[in-house]
Amino acid sequence: MMSALNLALSACGLALAAALAPSLVHRPDMQRTTLSLLLALTGLLAILAGMAGLLYGGGDIVLPLGLPWLPMHLRLDALASFFYLVIGALLLPVAIYSQGYLRGESHLTPLAIFLPLFVLGMLGILASDDAFTFMLFWELMSISSFFLVTFKHQHAENRKAGFIYILMAHMAGLLILGSFAVLYAASGSFEFSAMRQAEISPFWASVAFLLAGFGFGTKAGVVPLHGWLPEAHPVAPSNVSALMSGIMLKVAIFGFIRVVWDLMGPGDFQWWWGTLVLAAGSGSAVSGVLLALQQHDLKRLLAYHSIENIGIILIGLGLGMLLAHFGHPMLAALGLIAALYHTINHALFKGLLFMGAGAILHSTGSRDMESMGGLIHRMPWTAVFFLVACLSISALPPFNGFVSEWLTFQTALLAPQLGGALLTAIVPFSAAMLALAGALAAACFVKVFGVVFLGHARSEAAAHAHEVDNWMKLGMAIPAVLCLALGLLPVLFIPLMDAVPQSLLQVSLAGSVHAHGWLWLTPVTAAHSSYSAPIALAGMLVLGGLAFWLTHPKGTSIRRNVLWSCGNPHIHARMQYNATSFSQPLRRIFAPIYRPEVHAHSEHSRHKVLANQVLYVVHVADLGVKYIYQPIGRFTLFTAKLLQHEHQRGIHAYLAYTFITILFLLAVYI
Amino acid sequence: MSSAFVQMLQAVLLLLLAPLATGFVATCKARLQNRRGADVMQPWRNLRKLFGKEVVMAAHASWIFRTAPYVVFTATVMAASVGPALLVDTPLSLTADVIALVALLALARFFLALAGMDIGTAFGGMGASREMTFAALAEPAMLMSIFVLSLGAHSTNLTTMINHTLNSPFALHPSLAFAMVAMLMIAVAENGRIPIDNPGTHLELTMIHEAMILEYSGRHLALMEWAAMVKLMLFATLIADLFMPWGMTTDASLVGVAVAFALWIAKLAGLLLALAVIETSLAKLRLFEVPEYLSGAFVIAFLGLLSYYMLEVGA
Amino acid sequence: MSAALIQQLVDGLAALMLLTSFALLAQHRMLSVLNWFAAQGVLLAVTAAVVAYGTDNNELYISAVMTFLLKGLLLPWLLWRVIRELHVHREVEPLMNTTLTMLVALGVTLFAFHIIQPIEKISQLMTRDSMAIATACVLLGMLMMITRRKAITQVVGFLAVENSLFFAAIGSTNGMPLVVEIGIAFDVLIAALIFGLFFFQIRDTFDSLEVDAMNAHLIHGDDEE
Repeated sequence: MMSALNLALSACGLALAAALAPSLVHRPDMQRTTLSLLLALTGLLAILAGMAGLLYGGGDIVLPLGLPWLPMHLRLDALASFFYLVIGALLLPVAIYSQGYLRGESHLTPLAIFLPLFVLGMLGILASDDAFTFMLFWELMSISSFFLVTFKHQHAENRKAGFIYILMAHMAGLLILGSFAVLYAASGSFEFSAMRQAEISPFWASVAFLLAGFGFGTKAGVVPLHGWLPEAHPVAPSNVSALMSGIMLKVAIFGFIRVVWDLMGPGDFQWWWGTLVLAAGSGSAVSGVLLALQQHDLKRLLAYHSIENIGIILIGLGLGMLLAHFGHPMLAALGLIAALYHTINHALFKGLLFMGAGAILHSTGSRDMESMGGLIHRMPWTAVFFLVACLSISALPPFNGFVSEWLTFQTALLAPQLGGALLTAIVPFSAAMLALAGALAAACFVKVFGVVFLGHARSEAAAHAHEVDNWMKLGMAIPAVLCLALGLLPVLFIPLMDAVPQSLLQVSLAGSVHAHGWLWLTPVTAAHSSYSAPIALAGMLVLGGLAFWLTHPKGTSIRRNVLWSCGNPHIHARMQYNATSFSQPLRRIFAPIYRPEVHAHSEHSRHKVLANQVLYVVHVADLGVKYIYQPIGRFTLFTAKLLQHEHQRGIHAYLAYTFITILFLLAVYI
Repeated sequence: MSSAFVQMLQAVLLLLLAPLATGFVATCKARLQNRRGADVMQPWRNLRKLFGKEVVMAAHASWIFRTAPYVVFTATVMAASVGPALLVDTPLSLTADVIALVALLALARFFLALAGMDIGTAFGGMGASREMTFAALAEPAMLMSIFVLSLGAHSTNLTTMINHTLNSPFALHPSLAFAMVAMLMIAVAENGRIPIDNPGTHLELTMIHEAMILEYSGRHLALMEWAAMVKLMLFATLIADLFMPWGMTTDASLVGVAVAFALWIAKLAGLLLALAVIETSLAKLRLFEVPEYLSGAFVIAFLGLLSYYMLEVGA
Repeated sequence: MSAALIQQLVDGLAALMLLTSFALLAQHRMLSVLNWFAAQGVLLAVTAAVVAYGTDNNELYISAVMTFLLKGLLLPWLLWRVIRELHVHREVEPLMNTTLTMLVALGVTLFAFHIIQPIEKISQLMTRDSMAIATACVLLGMLMMITRRKAITQVVGFLAVENSLFFAAIGSTNGMPLVVEIGIAFDVLIAALIFGLFFFQIRDTFDSLEVDAMNAHLIHGDDEE
């Protein structure tokens, strides 16, 4: 039996081997097979490492790599094990999916090198036990993902997206480095074990918190630091998008938990930290989903939903931080578990959604929802898996999304009156915002599934789409089954995760969670709250069966005929609702927030009233980009222009600068 | 009688009495409008007629269209049967979580909207779009009311909440009054009644719920309509349970259950009569005034929360 | 009636006061605004009567009757007459939409709650719980004055502020001395009469009761002459 740490190290080693493989293998289809196989094995090892780490405890090791006075410290503790499990759970299906998806790509070498390096970076971040190793693997992850995002660099907009991506990733890296610098100053060492023990003053703790929050928040896609997400995720190949959205964002969350919950510890939490995280989470959740509703590019819509779900995770974390500060460790653990459960849920259903989007892109050649329709008849299996993901992300029972949202609601509702009017009101208000975000997400996914799969095809490409091959189907089936399993059996999964709150908060939820047996999830006590998905599902199946049997008299079948449509048989595919029309009520209701730009142009033949053709284009810009990023960009260019003039002065100016600097140094240091 | 039997009895009664409830509202409305109106049993007759009719379906409708009636019906009935109506402590009372109940109704609504999109007409899409929008805006208000209700009992389990109200001394709680008003406003919106939607309209442009089930026929239509009736009954029972639970029995004795049944019918009759009065005296709101109505419900629920903290705690 | 029941009644009336303040902010029609304002006056009278019963203070009974007559009947009737005579357009025109106003109002109420908390802890009165609500109502009346375009609705906001001050007075001091109360009541009555006269005068000069129109006139008025 290999130990958890050895399993984790083998996973990293395999990823490295996969990155080096293209030097030996040159033919595209061999490269594809090697890549998929090695990544699938990496995923499997990561799952095993995670489970072993959670069940049996981890370990640590010091490798003689890196700087002479700072070897590489690696440790697999409960938190890292959980995230290994998350990575593996998505990496395995995506690797299988890639075997089918990448068929037909002629120039696979960049992907074959950088995808394993990306995975290696993420696995390394999770296992790091000192700041230098952490930053090393962080940069590896950022840079390799940049090459993945710009895989199709022939198109200008892909290069632009890549530029924004690498810019913000570096900014995030600098902020994280800043927070590690503060912790280094407080503890005198780069090792995490020293940072954990160190005493840190409240002021510097807040500085470190803010730096870590903004840094990891940028990488996680928290509003308003999310500008890169909707640009980068759509242009990357779909399997890469699945990994980025499903796993990379989670690694940012891991980083946040590692620095704030682990290295600083709940004892250092101040009341406004939790409030800030809660507010950021609620804001991201609602604005993410509002912007998602207005998109008609399928992958861009999914990217905005990732922002929403990160917001939901932050709501759980923020509640946990608030409750921990006010001395309710049990409820804080519940908040943490809710956030972690949502992490793995999101990895699974978002990965599945992106894989489905990739399947659709593969079949129809387009990401634009307005040209799809009726795909359920052409791609039946993809439709089923996609439907499972839509139900999960809309937080509907009996799937997994509902369990994590239910746990988050329970944390909010069971929270006792925290000090002060502001805090007392912000908790229920955040819960209400969570409810709003969840319901709007359901609306959005009715739109997505309805416009893409149901109704009539809106273009030739959609009418002639084909079902995807078995590899892609298998890759999509695995997360779908896991979504159902995580939804039906939370009582088995939460004790598996229990090691994490035990190590961070020193409380355990496992005892109360299955106090009433495996059927009922009872987080705190049964009198307070309980939920049973298996009973709900079983009840529905029984009732459904009864209803079906009782209402079917012998020998009747359904007669198929033309659509009724209130007596009008001439239905054209363009008469259906499409993505823009579905979201019109919301666009109108939230117009002050969206500020849509509408261009309507109609052509008339003879009379003003009778139009031949109407063109209606509505554009909803991302307000964060319009009102925050663009002014910052303009300001930066403005100052750069000012400084540009300085460059053009002659040698006298440069000598003068040198002279002034010498004077200054003399004055200060003597 | 065993409590399991009473639980099944509750579920069956809810299912069978739902069409009568809808018929009662329709009859009250008719009498208030100086008409004779149809008989209270008319919805029963409609359902029976529909179950006997043939199902005609569009040629390109997918399996979603075929299975949606079953999903909608079973999710709604499942939600209705877990909540207590006569007996407070039932064997499945651990499942009676209010949030789970709301989520089951959301599942039903999701499939209803998908069925509307499946047929590929403008009506279906319109109904789906409007229904999902207004449901999304109603969620915060619903959650806020639930939150106010759960403050006292410290739980979202229906049985625990009812027990808490039954066991604490009678007192006027402004927070509960506000929560009840908000819940009534939300119930009207969720069930598609005036002033949000008109269940009797024949104009497609004013439809929300009807637009989504426009293409259904035969037993599918019967299941969809029955589900809507059960939903009305469910909301009425929920409001009666949470705000006026006196009369519900705590043991499964025959006398207790009979008294609880009589009181349940009386409370429902009162609530349904109030609904009929509201429907008769108000006009349907313009579509884009509905968000104002729903945010008004949210504000009232939030006021309930504030008055709990300002007036009832720390006194 | 027991002390606990009286306490609950006062709490309930305070909650209804808060509801009327919110309702005043949410109305679309002028007549509904006046109706809610009248309802607020009646609520005040009932509160004064209940507190009078609870503290055995007979002066408050007189206060209650005066409040009912003045604020429940006379003032709304005067304002209704002004609206009718001046043919004021029957719609309330707010500066921002209703939903946003409601959210701001919620924030203001929360703020009032936060401010009053330390005071509530040291008070011994029966009506101390309602002090936060009274403060909130005052602030909401001011919010109404700020967010309305028409002069009449601003006046109603001012009168609502006065109502809430009266409510706060009952809450914090068990009612003001009767002399002070009568004095204030007459002041308000005179103010209402003067407002009424002014409205006629303003309408004759500016042909409109919109505040913005008056502003524009002031800016451009010199050019015209």
